[in-house]
Amino acid sequence: MADQKEKKYLKPLPVIDEETRPWWEALQRHELYVQKCRDCGDLRYHPRAQCTSCLSPRTEWVRCSGRGKVYTFTATYQNQGAGFREALPYIMAWVELDEGVKMLTNLVECRPEEAEIGMPVEVVYEDVTPQVTLAKFRPAR
Amino acid sequence: MSLTRKACVAGVYEHPTRFAPDKSMFQIAAESIRGALHDCGLTIKDVDGLAMAGIGMSGMGILGFCDYMNLNPNYVDSTSIGGSSFVAHTAHAAAAIAAGLCEVCVVAFGSTIASYRGPTGAGGGGGDTCDQFEIPFGPTTVGSYAMVAQRHIHEYGTTPEQLAEVAVTMRLHASMNPVAKYRNPITVEDVLASRVISSPLHLLDCCIISDGGGALVITSAERARNLKKKPVYILGTGEAVRHAARGQRDFLDIAAAQSGKLAFERSGVKHADIDMAMIYDSFTITVVSTLENLGFCKPGEGGAFVSGGRLRFDGEFPINTDGGGLSSNHPMMRGMFLVIEATKQLRGECGPRQVKDCRIALVHGTGGSLGLRHSGATLILSNQ
Repeated sequence: MADQKEKKYLKPLPVIDEETRPWWEALQRHELYVQKCRDCGDLRYHPRAQCTSCLSPRTEWVRCSGRGKVYTFTATYQNQGAGFREALPYIMAWVELDEGVKMLTNLVECRPEEAEIGMPVEVVYEDVTPQVTLAKFRPAR
Repeated sequence: MSLTRKACVAGVYEHPTRFAPDKSMFQIAAESIRGALHDCGLTIKDVDGLAMAGIGMSGMGILGFCDYMNLNPNYVDSTSIGGSSFVAHTAHAAAAIAAGLCEVCVVAFGSTIASYRGPTGAGGGGGDTCDQFEIPFGPTTVGSYAMVAQRHIHEYGTTPEQLAEVAVTMRLHASMNPVAKYRNPITVEDVLASRVISSPLHLLDCCIISDGGGALVITSAERARNLKKKPVYILGTGEAVRHAARGQRDFLDIAAAQSGKLAFERSGVKHADIDMAMIYDSFTITVVSTLENLGFCKPGEGGAFVSGGRLRFDGEFPINTDGGGLSSNHPMMRGMFLVIEATKQLRGECGPRQVKDCRIALVHGTGGSLGLRHSGATLILSNQ
């Protein structure tokens, strides 16, 4: 394989299924979406096939600005999981997107002592494997 | 249909071991069942209901345990919602007994998580659909609770010192429990000086890791009347779940708000009637947040509420008199021990840590991860 020389990615990868594939494919294109119900207008993250408010299967994909703010976070200093133990400390956060829903992610390009609730952040795309791109956030510039 | 006083906790047993490299988890559960049946004077032949959940038990693990114990129950419940499971099992058993599905239901648990050295609070990961949107970012159990703590501090001005008071009080209680794993006193300064596991939670803000197990015998009020020990009546129960709520959750609203409200309504008991409580203390924040959500204080007042010795066995609102998960034992799931200690308090069997005039106790179990998905189960128990 061509990329055998590259550093192996050790952290767990998502198991992508048919229901969520369009969302992961959008990330590969460096685009972030949330879903909106075409019938009742309810927003939802993470993606799923039907609206949880009215059970409608009619879904609109809303392209996100990629901006939001930190709702809460933690700097993790202990995790023996492969890939994470090499990355300590890392910051995990719930980020509230400008569109109005929260997503679990990592804060990057940010030291633990710089992170704070309410801090404006912007998306960065990390292509971790040829199949998987992750949406992470850094302090807004 | 009201469940009030239809079923009782008739027998309890807490396995005294905290480290059992020489035992299997089924063995610990079986030894606990023997202890709980002996406690109330029943035999294994009387058991016609079984409820069980365990670390490392598969979805159908209860079938294996029936085989191991050669049991043929008329009622089985393997509800697995984390550490609160056994609190929920107690409620389910009471309902099953009231409905005539069984008469003597055993709730059992055994765990060797400490001697097995499995990944516990600082591990993470899972294979369900929702997990796919979390596991790439390194969620741990501690980290999930820490995110709730961080938000609590931000929103309400709760201090790390206030969180630490919970750990200090639990350790005081553990010092009076001969089987507690950690019994040496600690101070607020000790908690704050311990290393940060996941900010803002320090090592001593986190529950310990132990082996252990226990069992409960739940039966009808009628059957319990003639048994060895004074029955502890189940007055009211509630259970609930909280999750990311399609990205729209308020993380300071936890499952206890719903399960607690149900238990109070169903029992007809008021907050002021509660003499002591067993509140799942996976982390110090769990206690602060749970007390608020159960309605013992207003949102944001939890930090002040747990301060000044109020939670001590001789304080205004005693909780976790056994030393809790923070100091006595935490074999990854702790709901079992909450019911056991509340029952012993209501029977007046707690020696130096006995709460005076203890008539009504509240038990609240939390399972799962507070900042991702979790369950809450509440019981209100009485000796009258």
